[in-house]
Amino acid sequence: MPEQKMVNIYIMGKQYEVPAGVTIMKAMEYAGYQFIRGCGCRGGFCGACGTVYRKPGDFRLYSGLACQLQAEEGMYLSQIPFYPANRSTYDLQELTPELSTILKHYPEVTRCLGCNQCTKICPQGLNVMDYIAAAQRGDIEKAAHLSFDCIMCGLCVSRCPAEIVHYNVGILCRRLYGRHIIPKAQHLAKRVEEIKSGKFDEELNKLMSMGQEELTKLYDDRDMEQ
Amino acid sequence: MAIPYFPGCTLKTKATGLDSSTRATLAALGVELAELPDWTCCGTVFPLAQDNYMGMVAAARILINASKEDDGRLVTVCSFCYNVLKRVNYAIKNNEETRTKLTQYLEEEYAGETKLVHPLEVLRDDVGFEALQGKVNDKVKGLKVACYYGCMLSRPASEMQFDDEPENPTIMEDLVGAMGAEPVDFKYKTKCCGSYQVMKTYDLVVKRVREILEGATASGAQAIITSCPLCQFNLDWIQEKIAEEDSSFAKIPVLYFTQLLGAALDVPAEELGLDKHYVDPKALLKG
Repeated sequence: MPEQKMVNIYIMGKQYEVPAGVTIMKAMEYAGYQFIRGCGCRGGFCGACGTVYRKPGDFRLYSGLACQLQAEEGMYLSQIPFYPANRSTYDLQELTPELSTILKHYPEVTRCLGCNQCTKICPQGLNVMDYIAAAQRGDIEKAAHLSFDCIMCGLCVSRCPAEIVHYNVGILCRRLYGRHIIPKAQHLAKRVEEIKSGKFDEELNKLMSMGQEELTKLYDDRDMEQ
Repeated sequence: MAIPYFPGCTLKTKATGLDSSTRATLAALGVELAELPDWTCCGTVFPLAQDNYMGMVAAARILINASKEDDGRLVTVCSFCYNVLKRVNYAIKNNEETRTKLTQYLEEEYAGETKLVHPLEVLRDDVGFEALQGKVNDKVKGLKVACYYGCMLSRPASEMQFDDEPENPTIMEDLVGAMGAEPVDFKYKTKCCGSYQVMKTYDLVVKRVREILEGATASGAQAIITSCPLCQFNLDWIQEKIAEEDSSFAKIPVLYFTQLLGAALDVPAEELGLDKHYVDPKALLKG
Protein backbone atom coordinates (compact mmCIF):
# COMPACT_ATOMS: atom_id res chain seq x y z
CA MET A 1 0.00 0.00 0.00
CA PRO A 2 1.46 3.37 -1.02
CA GLU A 3 2.24 5.80 1.77
CA GLN A 4 -0.56 8.31 2.52
CA LYS A 5 0.48 11.82 1.50
CA MET A 6 -0.03 14.29 4.35
CA VAL A 7 -0.46 18.08 4.49
CA ASN A 8 -0.09 20.58 7.33
CA ILE A 9 -3.02 22.80 8.18
CA TYR A 10 -3.65 25.22 11.04
CA ILE A 11 -6.98 24.97 12.80
CA MET A 12 -7.58 28.04 14.96
CA GLY A 13 -3.83 28.58 14.99
CA LYS A 14 -2.70 25.08 15.93
CA GLN A 15 -0.81 22.95 13.43
CA TYR A 16 -2.12 19.51 12.46
CA GLU A 17 -0.90 16.96 9.97
CA VAL A 18 -3.85 15.57 8.03
CA PRO A 19 -4.23 13.31 4.96
CA ALA A 20 -4.04 15.15 1.64
CA GLY A 21 -7.21 15.24 -0.42
CA VAL A 22 -9.75 15.17 2.39
CA THR A 23 -12.27 17.94 3.05
CA ILE A 24 -11.68 20.48 5.78
CA MET A 25 -14.43 18.82 7.78
CA LYS A 26 -12.80 15.40 7.53
CA ALA A 27 -9.43 16.95 8.30
CA MET A 28 -10.81 18.51 11.46
CA GLU A 29 -12.32 15.19 12.51
CA TYR A 30 -9.01 13.49 11.75
CA ALA A 31 -7.34 16.08 13.99
CA GLY A 32 -9.68 15.11 16.80
CA TYR A 33 -12.54 17.58 16.58
CA GLN A 34 -16.01 16.21 17.13
CA PHE A 35 -18.83 18.21 15.56
CA ILE A 36 -21.89 18.85 17.65
CA ARG A 37 -22.67 22.10 15.79
CA GLY A 38 -21.09 23.49 12.62
CA CYS A 39 -21.91 20.37 10.67
CA GLY A 40 -25.14 19.38 9.00
CA CYS A 41 -25.82 17.78 5.66
CA ARG A 42 -22.17 17.23 4.63
CA GLY A 43 -23.42 17.81 1.10
CA GLY A 44 -22.94 21.53 0.58
CA PHE A 45 -26.57 22.51 1.06
CA CYS A 46 -27.33 23.25 4.68
CA GLY A 47 -24.89 26.14 5.22
CA ALA A 48 -23.81 24.98 8.68
CA CYS A 49 -20.06 24.79 8.04
CA GLY A 50 -19.00 28.17 6.68
CA THR A 51 -15.23 28.44 6.96
CA VAL A 52 -12.69 31.23 6.44
CA TYR A 53 -9.03 30.70 5.73
CA ARG A 54 -5.81 32.28 4.56
CA LYS A 55 -2.91 30.87 2.59
CA PRO A 56 0.76 31.53 3.35
CA GLY A 57 2.12 34.65 1.67
CA ASP A 58 -1.33 35.83 0.52
CA PHE A 59 -3.17 38.70 2.21
CA ARG A 60 -6.57 37.64 0.94
CA LEU A 61 -9.26 36.09 3.07
CA TYR A 62 -10.85 33.05 1.43
CA SER A 63 -14.01 31.19 2.28
CA GLY A 64 -15.64 27.85 1.66
CA LEU A 65 -17.81 25.18 3.16
CA ALA A 66 -15.85 22.77 5.35
CA CYS A 67 -17.74 19.81 3.93
CA GLN A 68 -16.91 20.73 0.32
CA LEU A 69 -13.45 22.25 0.31
CA GLN A 70 -10.24 20.24 0.29
CA ALA A 71 -7.67 20.91 2.98
CA GLU A 72 -4.52 22.34 1.40
CA GLU A 73 -0.95 22.66 2.63
CA GLY A 74 -0.47 25.73 4.80
CA MET A 75 -4.15 26.67 5.21
CA TYR A 76 -4.90 28.79 8.25
CA LEU A 77 -8.58 28.24 8.94
CA SER A 78 -11.42 28.74 11.31
CA GLN A 79 -15.02 27.71 11.05
CA ILE A 80 -17.66 30.38 11.54
CA PRO A 81 -20.64 28.09 11.88
CA PHE A 82 -22.88 30.70 13.43
CA TYR A 83 -23.02 34.46 13.44
CA PRO A 84 -25.57 36.46 15.46
CA ALA A 85 -28.32 37.70 13.16
CA ASN A 86 -31.68 39.26 13.89
CA ARG A 87 -34.64 37.76 12.12
CA SER A 88 -37.89 39.62 11.70
CA THR A 89 -41.19 37.83 12.36
CA TYR A 90 -43.98 38.32 9.85
CA ASP A 91 -47.10 36.79 8.38
CA LEU A 92 -46.24 36.38 4.71
CA GLN A 93 -49.89 36.40 3.65
CA GLU A 94 -50.33 39.89 5.04
CA LEU A 95 -47.22 41.45 3.53
CA THR A 96 -47.19 43.48 0.32
CA PRO A 97 -44.33 43.01 -2.15
CA GLU A 98 -42.91 46.49 -2.02
CA LEU A 99 -39.98 48.48 -0.69
CA SER A 100 -41.80 49.63 2.46
CA THR A 101 -42.09 45.99 3.57
CA ILE A 102 -38.34 45.48 3.31
CA LEU A 103 -37.61 48.76 5.07
CA LYS A 104 -40.04 47.91 7.85
CA HIS A 105 -38.45 44.54 8.60
CA TYR A 106 -34.82 45.27 7.71
CA PRO A 107 -34.33 49.06 7.69
CA GLU A 108 -30.56 48.58 7.93
CA VAL A 109 -30.34 47.71 4.21
CA THR A 110 -30.18 51.44 3.49
CA ARG A 111 -26.89 51.57 5.43
CA CYS A 112 -25.12 49.61 2.66
CA LEU A 113 -21.92 51.42 1.63
CA GLY A 114 -21.23 49.24 -1.39
CA CYS A 115 -17.97 47.82 -0.01
CA ASN A 116 -18.76 44.47 -1.66
CA GLN A 117 -17.22 42.36 1.13
CA CYS A 118 -20.41 40.25 1.27
CA THR A 119 -19.97 39.25 -2.37
CA LYS A 120 -16.28 38.52 -1.87
CA ILE A 121 -16.84 36.17 1.07
CA CYS A 122 -19.86 34.29 -0.32
CA PRO A 123 -18.91 30.59 -0.70
CA GLN A 124 -21.77 30.22 -3.16
CA GLY A 125 -20.33 32.92 -5.41
CA LEU A 126 -23.49 35.03 -5.27
CA ASN A 127 -23.61 38.74 -6.04
CA VAL A 128 -24.74 39.50 -2.52
CA MET A 129 -24.16 43.26 -2.74
CA ASP A 130 -26.24 43.43 -5.90
CA TYR A 131 -29.20 41.66 -4.33
CA ILE A 132 -29.07 43.98 -1.34
CA ALA A 133 -28.91 46.92 -3.78
CA ALA A 134 -31.96 45.54 -5.59
CA ALA A 135 -33.82 45.07 -2.29
CA GLN A 136 -32.89 48.60 -1.26
CA ARG A 137 -34.72 49.99 -4.26
CA GLY A 138 -37.70 47.66 -4.03
CA ASP A 139 -36.71 45.40 -6.94
CA ILE A 140 -37.90 42.27 -5.11
CA GLU A 141 -37.90 40.09 -8.20
CA LYS A 142 -34.24 40.79 -8.92
CA ALA A 143 -33.28 40.30 -5.26
CA ALA A 144 -35.14 36.98 -5.24
CA HIS A 145 -33.40 35.70 -8.37
CA LEU A 146 -29.92 36.87 -7.37
CA SER A 147 -30.20 35.34 -3.89
CA PHE A 148 -31.80 32.07 -5.03
CA ASP A 149 -28.77 29.85 -4.35
CA CYS A 150 -28.15 31.25 -0.85
CA ILE A 151 -27.60 28.52 1.73
CA MET A 152 -27.71 30.98 4.64
CA CYS A 153 -24.25 30.19 5.98
CA GLY A 154 -24.02 33.73 7.34
CA LEU A 155 -20.46 34.58 6.25
CA CYS A 156 -21.78 37.74 4.50
CA VAL A 157 -23.22 38.90 7.80
CA SER A 158 -19.86 38.46 9.51
CA ARG A 159 -18.21 40.85 7.04
CA CYS A 160 -20.77 43.66 6.77
CA PRO A 161 -19.72 47.08 8.11
CA ALA A 162 -23.35 48.19 7.84
CA GLU A 163 -24.50 45.28 10.04
CA ILE A 164 -26.97 44.02 7.43
CA VAL A 165 -28.30 40.46 7.69
CA HIS A 166 -28.20 39.75 3.99
CA TYR A 167 -29.58 36.23 3.95
CA ASN A 168 -32.67 37.17 5.91
CA VAL A 169 -33.33 40.02 3.46
CA GLY A 170 -32.82 37.54 0.62
CA ILE A 171 -35.28 35.00 1.97
CA LEU A 172 -37.85 37.72 2.64
CA CYS A 173 -37.55 38.78 -1.01
CA ARG A 174 -37.86 35.20 -2.27
CA ARG A 175 -40.93 34.64 -0.10
CA LEU A 176 -42.53 37.89 -1.28
CA TYR A 177 -41.73 36.95 -4.85
CA GLY A 178 -43.09 33.42 -4.54
CA ARG A 179 -46.22 34.35 -2.67
CA HIS A 180 -47.19 37.70 -4.16
CA ILE A 181 -45.40 38.38 -7.46
CA ILE A 182 -45.13 35.31 -9.69
CA PRO A 183 -48.41 34.39 -11.38
CA LYS A 184 -50.29 31.50 -9.82
CA ALA A 185 -50.05 28.21 -11.73
CA GLN A 186 -53.39 27.95 -13.53
CA HIS A 187 -53.04 24.24 -14.29
CA LEU A 188 -52.53 23.50 -10.61
CA ALA A 189 -55.65 25.41 -9.59
CA LYS A 190 -57.59 23.55 -12.29
CA ARG A 191 -56.35 20.17 -11.10
CA VAL A 192 -57.21 20.97 -7.47
CA GLU A 193 -60.72 21.85 -8.60
CA GLU A 194 -60.99 18.57 -10.51
CA ILE A 195 -59.91 16.61 -7.43
CA LYS A 196 -62.37 18.48 -5.24
CA SER A 197 -65.22 17.85 -7.65
CA GLY A 198 -64.55 14.10 -7.46
CA LYS A 199 -63.24 13.53 -10.96
CA PHE A 200 -60.74 10.90 -9.79
CA ASP A 201 -62.83 9.31 -6.99
CA GLU A 202 -64.07 6.36 -9.03
CA GLU A 203 -60.59 5.47 -10.28
CA LEU A 204 -59.07 5.76 -6.81
CA ASN A 205 -61.82 3.68 -5.20
CA LYS A 206 -61.21 1.01 -7.82
CA LEU A 207 -57.51 0.89 -6.93
CA MET A 208 -58.27 0.83 -3.20
CA SER A 209 -60.45 -2.23 -3.58
CA MET A 210 -57.87 -4.25 -5.58
CA GLY A 211 -55.83 -7.08 -4.10
CA GLN A 212 -52.04 -7.12 -4.10
CA GLU A 213 -51.78 -9.53 -7.02
CA GLU A 214 -54.06 -7.43 -9.20
CA LEU A 215 -52.22 -4.22 -8.26
CA THR A 216 -48.82 -5.78 -9.02
CA LYS A 217 -50.01 -6.87 -12.46
CA LEU A 218 -51.42 -3.42 -13.16
CA TYR A 219 -48.13 -1.85 -12.08
CA ASP A 220 -46.00 -4.17 -14.17
CA ASP A 221 -48.15 -3.63 -17.24
CA ARG A 222 -48.28 0.16 -16.93
CA ASP A 223 -47.46 2.41 -19.88
CA MET A 224 -43.83 3.44 -19.76
CA GLU A 225 -42.34 6.42 -21.53
CA GLN A 226 -39.22 5.38 -23.40
CA MET B 1 -26.10 54.12 -29.88
CA ALA B 2 -27.41 54.04 -26.32
CA ILE B 3 -25.70 56.04 -23.58
CA PRO B 4 -25.09 54.19 -20.26
CA TYR B 5 -27.61 55.35 -17.68
CA PHE B 6 -27.63 55.29 -13.88
CA PRO B 7 -31.20 55.82 -12.61
CA GLY B 8 -30.54 55.84 -8.84
CA CYS B 9 -32.66 54.27 -6.11
CA THR B 10 -35.21 57.08 -5.73
CA LEU B 11 -36.12 56.86 -9.41
CA LYS B 12 -37.13 53.24 -8.83
CA THR B 13 -39.37 54.10 -5.87
CA LYS B 14 -40.70 57.59 -5.08
CA ALA B 15 -39.69 59.31 -8.31
CA THR B 16 -40.61 56.77 -10.99
CA GLY B 17 -42.03 59.63 -13.08
CA LEU B 18 -38.58 61.19 -13.34
CA ASP B 19 -37.15 57.87 -14.58
CA SER B 20 -39.85 57.13 -17.14
CA SER B 21 -40.14 60.71 -18.40
CA THR B 22 -36.37 61.02 -18.78
CA ARG B 23 -36.13 57.84 -20.83
CA ALA B 24 -39.20 58.65 -22.92
CA THR B 25 -38.39 62.29 -23.71
CA LEU B 26 -34.80 61.52 -24.66
CA ALA B 27 -35.99 58.56 -26.78
CA ALA B 28 -38.46 60.88 -28.52
CA LEU B 29 -35.46 62.99 -29.49
CA GLY B 30 -33.45 60.02 -30.71
CA VAL B 31 -31.27 59.53 -27.61
CA GLU B 32 -31.46 56.03 -26.14
CA LEU B 33 -30.42 55.32 -22.56
CA ALA B 34 -29.15 51.88 -21.49
CA GLU B 35 -29.45 51.22 -17.76
CA LEU B 36 -26.24 49.82 -16.25
CA PRO B 37 -26.79 46.06 -15.72
CA ASP B 38 -25.88 46.13 -12.02
CA TRP B 39 -25.70 49.15 -9.80
CA THR B 40 -25.94 50.12 -6.16
CA CYS B 41 -26.95 53.26 -4.32
CA CYS B 42 -24.52 56.08 -5.23
CA GLY B 43 -24.07 56.98 -1.55
CA THR B 44 -26.57 59.88 -1.69
CA VAL B 45 -24.30 62.50 -0.16
CA PHE B 46 -20.68 63.27 -0.93
CA PRO B 47 -18.67 62.69 2.25
CA LEU B 48 -17.79 65.80 4.20
CA ALA B 49 -14.39 64.41 5.14
CA GLN B 50 -11.92 64.15 2.25
CA ASP B 51 -10.52 60.89 3.54
CA ASN B 52 -13.87 59.15 4.00
CA TYR B 53 -13.03 56.77 1.16
CA MET B 54 -15.63 54.23 2.22
CA GLY B 55 -18.30 56.79 1.39
CA MET B 56 -16.91 57.07 -2.14
CA VAL B 57 -16.47 53.39 -2.96
CA ALA B 58 -19.97 52.83 -4.34
CA ALA B 59 -19.83 55.88 -6.60
CA ALA B 60 -16.34 54.94 -7.78
CA ARG B 61 -17.52 51.45 -8.72
CA ILE B 62 -20.46 52.86 -10.66
CA LEU B 63 -18.16 55.19 -12.59
CA ILE B 64 -15.71 52.35 -13.28
CA ASN B 65 -18.47 50.04 -14.48
CA ALA B 66 -19.69 52.81 -16.79
CA SER B 67 -16.16 53.24 -18.15
CA LYS B 68 -16.27 49.63 -19.34
CA GLU B 69 -19.18 50.44 -21.66
CA ASP B 70 -18.10 51.73 -25.04
CA ASP B 71 -19.69 55.15 -24.89
CA GLY B 72 -17.39 56.88 -22.41
CA ARG B 73 -20.27 58.79 -20.88
CA LEU B 74 -22.70 58.11 -18.05
CA VAL B 75 -26.06 59.83 -17.83
CA THR B 76 -27.80 60.42 -14.53
CA VAL B 77 -30.68 62.77 -13.87
CA CYS B 78 -31.29 62.84 -10.10
CA SER B 79 -29.49 65.92 -8.79
CA PHE B 80 -28.18 64.06 -5.74
CA CYS B 81 -26.76 61.16 -7.77
CA TYR B 82 -25.33 63.63 -10.28
CA ASN B 83 -23.65 65.59 -7.50
CA VAL B 84 -22.14 62.56 -5.75
CA LEU B 85 -20.95 60.81 -8.92
CA LYS B 86 -19.48 63.97 -10.38
CA ARG B 87 -17.64 64.92 -7.20
CA VAL B 88 -16.26 61.43 -6.66
CA ASN B 89 -15.10 61.40 -10.27
CA TYR B 90 -13.50 64.79 -9.75
CA ALA B 91 -11.72 63.54 -6.62
CA ILE B 92 -10.43 60.46 -8.45
CA LYS B 93 -9.20 62.63 -11.30
CA ASN B 94 -7.58 65.36 -9.25
CA ASN B 95 -6.55 63.83 -5.95
CA GLU B 96 -3.86 61.20 -6.26
CA GLU B 97 -4.39 59.81 -2.79
CA THR B 98 -8.12 59.39 -3.32
CA ARG B 99 -7.48 57.75 -6.69
CA THR B 100 -4.92 55.35 -5.24
CA LYS B 101 -7.06 54.40 -2.25
CA LEU B 102 -10.18 53.77 -4.29
CA THR B 103 -8.59 51.95 -7.22
CA GLN B 104 -6.47 49.76 -4.94
CA TYR B 105 -9.50 48.78 -2.91
CA LEU B 106 -11.60 48.11 -5.98
CA GLU B 107 -8.65 46.52 -7.82
CA GLU B 108 -9.33 48.49 -10.96
CA GLU B 109 -7.40 50.89 -13.17
CA TYR B 110 -9.34 54.13 -13.33
CA ALA B 111 -8.38 57.79 -13.43
CA GLY B 112 -11.75 59.51 -13.88
CA GLU B 113 -12.20 58.81 -17.60
CA THR B 114 -16.00 58.49 -17.44
CA LYS B 115 -17.72 61.69 -18.51
CA LEU B 116 -20.74 62.20 -16.32
CA VAL B 117 -23.49 64.05 -18.15
CA HIS B 118 -26.85 65.35 -17.05
CA PRO B 119 -29.83 65.05 -19.43
CA LEU B 120 -29.94 68.86 -19.50
CA GLU B 121 -26.45 68.75 -21.01
CA VAL B 122 -27.49 65.98 -23.42
CA LEU B 123 -30.39 68.16 -24.55
CA ARG B 124 -28.12 71.17 -25.03
CA ASP B 125 -25.10 69.43 -26.54
CA ASP B 126 -26.44 66.34 -28.34
CA VAL B 127 -29.96 67.30 -29.33
CA GLY B 128 -29.39 71.06 -29.44
CA PHE B 129 -31.90 73.65 -28.25
CA GLU B 130 -32.31 75.08 -31.75
CA ALA B 131 -33.13 71.67 -33.20
CA LEU B 132 -35.56 71.13 -30.33
CA GLN B 133 -37.56 74.21 -31.31
CA GLY B 134 -38.68 72.52 -34.49
CA LYS B 135 -39.91 69.40 -32.70
CA VAL B 136 -42.23 70.70 -30.00
CA ASN B 137 -46.02 71.05 -30.06
CA ASP B 138 -48.04 73.97 -28.69
CA LYS B 139 -48.93 72.34 -25.35
CA VAL B 140 -46.59 74.41 -23.22
CA LYS B 141 -46.48 77.46 -25.49
CA GLY B 142 -46.43 80.66 -23.46
CA LEU B 143 -46.52 78.77 -20.14
CA LYS B 144 -44.66 80.76 -17.51
CA VAL B 145 -42.10 78.51 -15.84
CA ALA B 146 -39.80 79.02 -12.84
CA CYS B 147 -36.60 76.96 -13.23
CA TYR B 148 -35.47 75.64 -9.88
CA TYR B 149 -31.91 74.27 -9.70
CA GLY B 150 -31.60 73.83 -5.94
CA CYS B 151 -28.18 73.12 -4.42
CA MET B 152 -26.90 69.97 -6.01
CA LEU B 153 -26.72 70.61 -9.74
CA SER B 154 -24.16 73.38 -9.88
CA ARG B 155 -22.35 73.49 -6.56
CA PRO B 156 -19.56 73.39 -5.58
CA ALA B 157 -18.75 75.14 -8.85
CA SER B 158 -15.13 74.05 -9.20
CA GLU B 159 -16.06 70.38 -8.90
CA MET B 160 -19.43 70.37 -10.66
CA GLN B 161 -18.49 72.52 -13.68
CA PHE B 162 -22.13 72.41 -14.64
CA ASP B 163 -22.97 75.78 -16.07
CA ASP B 164 -21.04 78.96 -16.77
CA GLU B 165 -22.65 80.75 -13.84
CA PRO B 166 -22.98 78.38 -10.88
CA GLU B 167 -24.99 80.89 -8.81
CA ASN B 168 -27.14 81.89 -11.76
CA PRO B 169 -27.31 78.95 -14.16
CA THR B 170 -29.44 79.36 -17.28
CA ILE B 171 -29.46 75.98 -18.98
CA MET B 172 -33.02 75.17 -17.85
CA GLU B 173 -34.24 78.62 -18.95
CA ASP B 174 -32.71 78.01 -22.37
CA LEU B 175 -34.48 74.66 -22.53
CA VAL B 176 -37.81 76.18 -21.47
CA GLY B 177 -37.40 78.85 -24.15
CA ALA B 178 -36.71 76.17 -26.78
CA MET B 179 -39.95 74.42 -25.76
CA GLY B 180 -41.88 77.58 -26.57
CA ALA B 181 -42.63 78.25 -22.91
CA GLU B 182 -41.55 81.34 -21.06
CA PRO B 183 -38.93 81.24 -18.28
CA VAL B 184 -39.60 83.78 -15.54
CA ASP B 185 -36.97 85.72 -13.63
CA PHE B 186 -36.70 83.65 -10.46
CA LYS B 187 -34.31 84.80 -7.79
CA TYR B 188 -34.74 81.69 -5.62
CA LYS B 189 -33.51 79.32 -8.30
CA THR B 190 -30.40 78.12 -6.47
CA LYS B 191 -31.72 78.49 -2.91
CA CYS B 192 -31.79 75.30 -0.85
CA CYS B 193 -35.27 73.79 -0.33
CA GLY B 194 -34.24 72.41 3.07
CA SER B 195 -33.45 69.00 1.65
CA TYR B 196 -33.66 66.09 4.10
CA GLN B 197 -33.80 68.51 7.01
CA VAL B 198 -37.53 68.06 6.42
CA MET B 199 -37.18 64.97 8.63
CA LYS B 200 -35.62 66.88 11.52
CA THR B 201 -36.54 70.55 11.37
CA TYR B 202 -39.85 70.44 9.58
CA ASP B 203 -41.06 73.95 10.47
CA LEU B 204 -37.89 75.57 9.18
CA VAL B 205 -38.19 73.72 5.88
CA VAL B 206 -41.85 74.69 5.49
CA LYS B 207 -40.87 78.33 5.93
CA ARG B 208 -38.10 78.01 3.38
CA VAL B 209 -40.25 76.14 0.86
CA ARG B 210 -43.02 78.71 1.17
CA GLU B 211 -40.53 81.48 0.42
CA ILE B 212 -39.41 79.69 -2.73
CA LEU B 213 -42.97 78.90 -3.86
CA GLU B 214 -44.24 82.42 -3.28
CA GLY B 215 -41.16 83.78 -5.01
CA ALA B 216 -42.06 81.73 -8.07
CA THR B 217 -45.71 82.82 -8.00
CA ALA B 218 -44.72 86.46 -7.55
CA SER B 219 -42.58 86.15 -10.69
CA GLY B 220 -45.71 85.15 -12.56
CA ALA B 221 -44.80 81.47 -12.84
CA GLN B 222 -47.56 78.90 -13.46
CA ALA B 223 -45.26 75.95 -12.82
CA ILE B 224 -41.89 75.15 -11.26
CA ILE B 225 -39.48 72.65 -12.83
CA THR B 226 -36.60 70.78 -11.21
CA SER B 227 -34.39 67.73 -11.71
CA CYS B 228 -34.16 66.80 -8.03
CA PRO B 229 -36.53 64.23 -6.48
CA LEU B 230 -36.04 65.70 -3.01
CA CYS B 231 -36.67 69.30 -4.13
CA GLN B 232 -39.72 68.06 -6.03
CA PHE B 233 -41.04 66.28 -2.95
CA ASN B 234 -40.44 69.16 -0.57
CA LEU B 235 -41.86 71.83 -2.91
CA ASP B 236 -44.87 69.69 -3.86
CA TRP B 237 -45.90 67.86 -0.69
CA ILE B 238 -45.45 70.80 1.67
CA GLN B 239 -47.98 72.84 -0.34
CA GLU B 240 -50.70 70.56 0.98
CA LYS B 241 -49.63 71.36 4.53
CA ILE B 242 -49.43 75.11 3.88
CA ALA B 243 -52.85 75.12 2.23
CA GLU B 244 -54.38 73.30 5.21
CA GLU B 245 -53.38 76.16 7.48
CA ASP B 246 -53.80 79.05 5.05
CA SER B 247 -56.68 78.84 2.61
CA SER B 248 -55.43 81.89 0.72
CA PHE B 249 -52.25 80.09 -0.33
CA ALA B 250 -52.02 79.71 -4.12
CA LYS B 251 -50.74 76.26 -5.10
CA ILE B 252 -48.36 75.83 -8.00
CA PRO B 253 -47.52 72.52 -9.76
CA VAL B 254 -43.92 71.29 -9.38
CA LEU B 255 -42.75 69.19 -12.31
CA TYR B 256 -39.59 67.49 -13.43
CA PHE B 257 -38.18 69.28 -16.47
CA THR B 258 -38.49 66.01 -18.36
CA GLN B 259 -42.25 65.92 -17.71
CA LEU B 260 -42.72 69.40 -19.13
CA LEU B 261 -40.55 68.59 -22.13
CA GLY B 262 -42.32 65.26 -22.58
CA ALA B 263 -45.68 67.01 -22.76
CA ALA B 264 -44.24 69.32 -25.43
CA LEU B 265 -43.10 66.25 -27.39
CA ASP B 266 -46.40 64.31 -27.15
CA VAL B 267 -44.86 61.63 -24.95
CA PRO B 268 -47.72 59.37 -23.74
CA ALA B 269 -49.18 60.43 -20.37
CA GLU B 270 -48.38 57.10 -18.67
CA GLU B 271 -44.68 57.67 -19.33
CA LEU B 272 -44.77 61.20 -17.95
CA GLY B 273 -45.93 59.86 -14.58
CA LEU B 274 -48.04 62.85 -13.63
CA ASP B 275 -50.31 60.93 -11.25
CA LYS B 276 -48.01 60.93 -8.24
CA HIS B 277 -47.97 64.70 -7.77
CA TYR B 278 -49.64 66.33 -4.77
CA VAL B 279 -50.48 69.49 -6.71
CA ASP B 280 -52.06 68.15 -9.90
CA PRO B 281 -50.17 69.44 -12.95
CA LYS B 282 -52.34 67.71 -15.57
CA ALA B 283 -54.71 70.62 -16.33
CA LEU B 284 -51.69 72.80 -17.06
CA LEU B 285 -50.37 70.45 -19.72
CA LYS B 286 -53.56 69.89 -21.72
CA GLY B 287 -52.42 72.55 -24.17
